[in-house]
Amino acid sequence: MNDIDNNDKYETHEHDVLIIGAGGAGLRAAIEALAQGAKVGVVCKSLLGKAHTVMAEGGIAAAMCNVDAADGWRAHFRDTMRGGKFVNHWRMAQIHAQESADRVNELEQWGALFDRTPDGSILQRAFGGHTYKRLCHVGDRTGLEMIRTLQDRGVQMGFDVYMECAITRLLKDGDRVAGAFGYWRENGRFVVFKAKSVVIATGGIGKAWPITSNSWESTGDGLALAYDAGAELLDMEFVQFHPTGMVWPPGVQGLLVTEAVRGEGGILRNKSGERFMERYDPQRMELSTRDQVARAIYTEVKEGRGSEHGGAFLDISHKPAEYVKKKLPSMYHQFKELADVDITKQPMEVGPTCHYMMGGIRVGAEGGEASVPGLFAAGEAAAGLHGANRLGGNSLSDLVVFGRRAGLAAVEHAKKTSAPAIDSAQIAEAEREMLAPFERKDGENPYLLHEELQEIMQDLAGIFRTEKDLTEALDEIGKLKERSARLSIGGSRMFNPGWHMCRDLKSMLTVTEAVTRSALARRESRGAHSRIDYPKFDPVWGKQNNVISQRGDAMDLRQVPTSEMPEELQALLADEKGT
Amino acid sequence: MADATLRIFRGTRDGGETADYHVPIAPGMVVLDALHYVQKYRAPDLAVRWNCKAGKCGSCSAEVNGRPRLTCKTRMDSLPQDQPITIRPMKSFPVIKDLVTDVSWNYKVNKKIPAFQPRPGVEWKMSQADVDRVQEFRKCIECFLCQNVCHVLREHDKHDQFGGPRFFVRVAGLEMHPLDGVSRTKLLKDELGIGLCNITKCCTEVCPEEIHITDNAIIPLKERVVDDFYDPVLRLVRKITGAGKAAK
Repeated sequence: MNDIDNNDKYETHEHDVLIIGAGGAGLRAAIEALAQGAKVGVVCKSLLGKAHTVMAEGGIAAAMCNVDAADGWRAHFRDTMRGGKFVNHWRMAQIHAQESADRVNELEQWGALFDRTPDGSILQRAFGGHTYKRLCHVGDRTGLEMIRTLQDRGVQMGFDVYMECAITRLLKDGDRVAGAFGYWRENGRFVVFKAKSVVIATGGIGKAWPITSNSWESTGDGLALAYDAGAELLDMEFVQFHPTGMVWPPGVQGLLVTEAVRGEGGILRNKSGERFMERYDPQRMELSTRDQVARAIYTEVKEGRGSEHGGAFLDISHKPAEYVKKKLPSMYHQFKELADVDITKQPMEVGPTCHYMMGGIRVGAEGGEASVPGLFAAGEAAAGLHGANRLGGNSLSDLVVFGRRAGLAAVEHAKKTSAPAIDSAQIAEAEREMLAPFERKDGENPYLLHEELQEIMQDLAGIFRTEKDLTEALDEIGKLKERSARLSIGGSRMFNPGWHMCRDLKSMLTVTEAVTRSALARRESRGAHSRIDYPKFDPVWGKQNNVISQRGDAMDLRQVPTSEMPEELQALLADEKGT
Repeated sequence: MADATLRIFRGTRDGGETADYHVPIAPGMVVLDALHYVQKYRAPDLAVRWNCKAGKCGSCSAEVNGRPRLTCKTRMDSLPQDQPITIRPMKSFPVIKDLVTDVSWNYKVNKKIPAFQPRPGVEWKMSQADVDRVQEFRKCIECFLCQNVCHVLREHDKHDQFGGPRFFVRVAGLEMHPLDGVSRTKLLKDELGIGLCNITKCCTEVCPEEIHITDNAIIPLKERVVDDFYDPVLRLVRKITGAGKAAK
């Protein structure tokens, strides 16, 4: 074996723990690993502080009991399991509910400034599916506060950050993960990272749909990297469509309208002024879970009761204008500047937008370990906590609870592991793959292929699904996969987004195939997965999860039983009327 | 549908020139949409930095018709359509390629600033009124447009002596945090060169988050520096009573 140490062709960095992704989960993992004394590297596709976490608006869910004394981890656990329609990993839901309050307090101690209650504690607001007022927030820019706090903490502790660097392949030493290969976006040069542990914190896959709240980075890289390295993916059919994205004008279609608008009292109406949630969920109304509200809006529009541009009306104008500007400042500006709408006076037009991936890398509940030794995952890239549908506010808490745990577990693993050796043949292959689009002439345009993939997913694997559509989607994705072997790009390797898209597209093709296969298999409707041909819960499917893995060149799908919940937790769920 | 002409800088640190691209205009279109159109159909290798396309991440800063802007928040219909729309990279930072600049200097300045450190034994209670003042500074999305227009950096190139408005905002957020226990006035005076700012308010004018950078961050910080280093009476009082934060 020709180890890369004997090869000075590539810039090489060595770490105990390499973290891919610098959103909330990646940064929290890095902070924890640093606190344990490990040598930590963080790689991110964008500049530090620009990761998708920055866009999170409404808040971070934690049973702090500052506003509702009756809250507690048990209630948060119950709401999370109910929201996820009981296919969540119970242990993750329990850990999450028990630890999120500590993680919020820790953010405050690191300098985060949340909105306050009259007695000076952290203020909490109502949100869909949460029984109590539970979301700690900073107006409607909670994610920015969180990422800046974590970023500053990491900088203070002295982590190495490789900004605008994209990973294209995980490197292995036998069965275990041994590092990663990537390129600098700035100059296109290749770089090798050697690491005893690798944590994937790359976020979601929303860019595979055209109407999405996600940024360009959310192309499922981490999921595809893990899959290619032999790891299992779980629950890939559960893709969350947030009920309220902007629908007009076209350029901002999909842009998020925070659930905090409804949390603060916003009302949904159809074109005849009817408060239609009365027909879909009379008890919770606008604060029903996201899957239900998204389906309700979609149905209203489809049945001809939508707004001019194909959405529903969301109205907060009955609240005092100053209150709206104070609690929803970025919504106020977003609509004013991009849509010429003053939300203190007029309703917003909103419709579903692809928002969040409940599925992802299959991990252990305690430490985020994937099925490949040395590989860990946390945050949106990992699966299990949210089951079939995530509650608003449970993502930011997920990031810090499981980011910390993955960082800890990655250090533990690194401590008992010898330095890996990396076979240079893997690297040569990774380089060959990246350079291929420059060598082809007049091949496929990566942007146009991406657009085709997005159309397929929107039309055939969106909010409502059927066997026929999904089968067609799978077929179309297969054709795109073949065409993607003929992608070509001009220009140089210097900051060349078209070239970057060639690689991102490959990740998206892998994850969309996994989504479609899992969606086909689950012949029932549950949470975010709605099958028109199987509209009801199926008790058999209620007890199993879909697992995707690589078998040779093909994608293998199997079912595994959901984790068996201890009796005392089962009793908690039975405590009050279920969903 | 009407067309617009984008006149975009194409090049690297070794130089370059503008190129014209025609783009069909859609309702509500922003400049970043137009740049994406160019990437998709005209120049797949056009380098543009962006993330959220919602004014929340501060990645897509550029100079549109000579004005520093977030391209994701600049409506095409707010610009004159009868002449080409020029789009150039931020001038105060070295060009990497096309509209992407090397902003790494900002991250180096940031590292010099001591993080939040609570006063010992502090009780974690704060009133909303106290928090409001600091939350204004915490709105900063690090688009670096304020750094780009600041003449100390833009015209006088004093990157080695001056921190720039962005980092005065950051320091203000720390210094005015109700529970913080560190003083950063010496850093402001010596390393961030706050004295070089002559409050022309260019930074405040371009801030997409409408932070009152000059009035609410820089001037109060300047006053703190004066109090700590140039006011003999206050210095004496502090020396006798031991009051106030220890200047570091």
